[in-house]
Amino acid sequence: MTSNNRRVVITGIGVMAPGAVGAKAFWELLSSGKTATRLVTGFESSGFRSRIAAQCDFNPEAEGLGPQEIRRMDRAAQMAVIAARESIADSGIDLAGWDPARIGVTLGTATGATMGLDIEYRVVSDDGRLHLVDPAYMAPHLYNYLVPSAFAAEVAWLAGAEGPTAVVSTGCTSGLDAVAHAREVLAEGSADVMITGATDAPVSPITLACFDAIKATTPRNDEPETASRPFDLTRNGFVLGEGAAIFVMEERESALRRGAHIYAEIAGFASRCNAFHMTGLRPDGREMAEAISVAMKQAAVRAEDIDYINAHGSGTKQNDRHETAAFKHSLGATAYDIPVSSIKSMVGHSLGAIGSIEIAASALAIEHNVVPPTANLNVPDPECDLDYVPHTARERQIDTVLTVGSGFGGFQSAMVLTGPDGGAS
Amino acid sequence: MATITIDDLRRIFEDVAGADEGVNLDGDIIDTEFAELGYDSIAVLEAVGQIRRDYGISVDEDALAEVHTPRSLLELLHAYSG
Amino acid sequence: MTAPVVTGPVVTRPVVTGPVVTGIGIAAPTGLGTEEHWRATLAGRPSIRRITRFDPAPYPSQLAGEVTGFEPADHLPSRLIPQTDHMTRLALVAAAEALADAEVANGDMPEFDMGVVTAASAGGFEFGQNELEKLWSKGSHHVSAYQSFAWFYAVNTGQISIRHGMRGPSGVVVSDQSGGLDAIAHARRHLRKGTKLVVTGGVDGSICPWGWLGQLASNRLSTSQDLDQAYLPFDTRACGHVAGEGGALLIVEDGEAAAERGARKLYGQISGYAATFDPKPGTGREPALRRAILGALADAGAGPDEVDVVFADAAGLPRLDHEEATAINAVFGPGGVPVTAPKTMTGRLYAGAASLDVATALLAIRDQVIPPTINVSPDPRLALDLVTGEPRSASLRTALVLARGYGGFNSALVVQAVNGQRTK
Repeated sequence: MTSNNRRVVITGIGVMAPGAVGAKAFWELLSSGKTATRLVTGFESSGFRSRIAAQCDFNPEAEGLGPQEIRRMDRAAQMAVIAARESIADSGIDLAGWDPARIGVTLGTATGATMGLDIEYRVVSDDGRLHLVDPAYMAPHLYNYLVPSAFAAEVAWLAGAEGPTAVVSTGCTSGLDAVAHAREVLAEGSADVMITGATDAPVSPITLACFDAIKATTPRNDEPETASRPFDLTRNGFVLGEGAAIFVMEERESALRRGAHIYAEIAGFASRCNAFHMTGLRPDGREMAEAISVAMKQAAVRAEDIDYINAHGSGTKQNDRHETAAFKHSLGATAYDIPVSSIKSMVGHSLGAIGSIEIAASALAIEHNVVPPTANLNVPDPECDLDYVPHTARERQIDTVLTVGSGFGGFQSAMVLTGPDGGAS
Repeated sequence: MATITIDDLRRIFEDVAGADEGVNLDGDIIDTEFAELGYDSIAVLEAVGQIRRDYGISVDEDALAEVHTPRSLLELLHAYSG
Repeated sequence: MTAPVVTGPVVTRPVVTGPVVTGIGIAAPTGLGTEEHWRATLAGRPSIRRITRFDPAPYPSQLAGEVTGFEPADHLPSRLIPQTDHMTRLALVAAAEALADAEVANGDMPEFDMGVVTAASAGGFEFGQNELEKLWSKGSHHVSAYQSFAWFYAVNTGQISIRHGMRGPSGVVVSDQSGGLDAIAHARRHLRKGTKLVVTGGVDGSICPWGWLGQLASNRLSTSQDLDQAYLPFDTRACGHVAGEGGALLIVEDGEAAAERGARKLYGQISGYAATFDPKPGTGREPALRRAILGALADAGAGPDEVDVVFADAAGLPRLDHEEATAINAVFGPGGVPVTAPKTMTGRLYAGAASLDVATALLAIRDQVIPPTINVSPDPRLALDLVTGEPRSASLRTALVLARGYGGFNSALVVQAVNGQRTK
């Protein structure tokens, strides 16, 4: 394999988001500034400190999954397959006409089949009573829950892919890192089409419990619709979410040849690690700043070329401060001139999936020339003093977007997307 | 209800978060910052969680954010155990 | 460009361009530490036994390859122990050994120049079982603050990067048992883009009752209770595999950067790689392993005749063994290359399996000896030259490592001795 550094573009988008099934509904939600955060449904949540979540309302059968697929796939896998199907249809690509060896898959997830595992665990352990869990109650497809590479296998089967296939799982940057992984596979020539993106369905008791323990999620249970408040002075934690966003990504020349609609090019990407703490962030944001700078250099864009920053903006005190510092560090005074928004204010934080959902938002922002807003931003925080586009979407020519992510384990990732006409000159 | 002492705190912290080499936890640590003792915010949260499990004492979150030494934690715990 | 570099006693070597392995760290059922593992492997010492970590009596499979004699307090600071799963502790110890082997201390290199890419499968599953148990039997307030990061798939990469101050690009790959090769390949991508050093490979394990149930559900675990007959890949008696824990971490560096800093151990180069995915079951299309082998060889610029040994995936089930033998023979001709599966001594180690095979392959190249496959009487119909019984001395320059993951993942990696470098 040679390092051709071929260019890579997004030609199809599929989204399963809280409050929005499908990319069209997703964009409508984002541009409306409405939020999809609410009290958790689906299980008893009264004992938790934070009882808010952003959940997806969908019927797997109505979305095209058959009974065997529904049985063997955890919810996260189901969302990935549904979104993948949408992205393939959206791209107009006829995968059956391609050499399967040239089609691959990279999917991201942070918590894998955690929901399915929680449910199955209760059964085999009889609600934690049995340490030696009961094999008589073992579900036949439990291995698919144990090892989440099953998600990539499901999407590969859907797409008829026989090329490089894997799951990337780097916590809350999985959604960015998986797409970046797929981009490298394409750029180096190991595949010509990649179905890529991420999925996560973490809204389950074990996840609520562990975030309660570190007080990372917002306990604003009396105001669930406005609980996710990135960059706001009164922010007090993130809202846990779920969802998936999947893309068809192609080598640019072949996409142009087939007359594909191109949403955006992945022009640059870089990742770094804090190497500081598994969950904590230092206020200076320098590793994220480094990732941003390297991604921009790769994309050959300067600060002035960036039309929109899609932030990580999880709504914790430490993240939003860390991230603001990173923007200033890497972009200098120009950071004040660039609209920044966090869609987590509307769709919550779906951990491993959100990076891809935010790539979708960024690509759609380029497509529609509209900056989605940061909802619930009412009280400015002097430590977060950039233009975060409060409440209302803003029309603006968007050719270059910077999207970033930050996650447990110290991962910091930055991606630059440019419009199909080449972005910055 | 038993009153938590500095010795209890020492034991609980060691149980839930180990002990840094080179830090003498047996010495007079009551006013030493947790960070200096090698205990980060997660360690403190875990210790507070263990205290809740063992002693039934819950503390106010906002007040906990201001706690940085064993003494201030003990004061907070004593205030809440009535 | 070649320039003589003085390494060790009076040996000079040309500077290698491309990724080279400069350190190895191993935590495996065969041994804690590289040399202990290698000695046991050459001795053909089986390390599979009845599970000791929990009572396996309720389960149809009761054997495993466990890492024995590991006392975390002997190796790790006490503050790391409450917040880590058993397999993360093993990973930290292996990472430390690998870095010491490569003679790289914390702070020796600029922090943004070093990264970590590990493979994972189930994450810190034992830690997770304990937390689930507390949640459901006692209540949500009993769940540890550490659960927020002790079980997730990225934990080993995160903890290694923190412990060693590595701030460069890092990653985690999950592709079941082929993950170890995919992680090394991704490390290679980082090195090609300017990172100087990557800690890569995998250390894994989910030997706990809940993890055991998950593994049983694969329908691939052997239910034999006979230590010598439970895991028999390529044998007519093949009846599944035995699971194990552990793995290997490698220090992979850009060859020129390694030479510049005077790296003394050059175990080998990562010469070629390819990954494929099997067609959906029922389509009748050929499994994609052969294509992965050919792709890796092409990437290495090596022909089949140059390969001196194949470290097989060795699934240990008749259908899968047949698929693997067919793919190998299609490329090398029946019996055309020595094949071995030292994982018959350890069991299959999930995300630790493939990197342990790579480490073992590099040691084989270093010492010019192929370790054996134990307990197996090869099925002659598979027409493989399987190395059984004694280790086989051989002239080894090029090794091919194969790994297949549940669901259809196939990966192949070519490693070569440094003085066997070919220019393209």
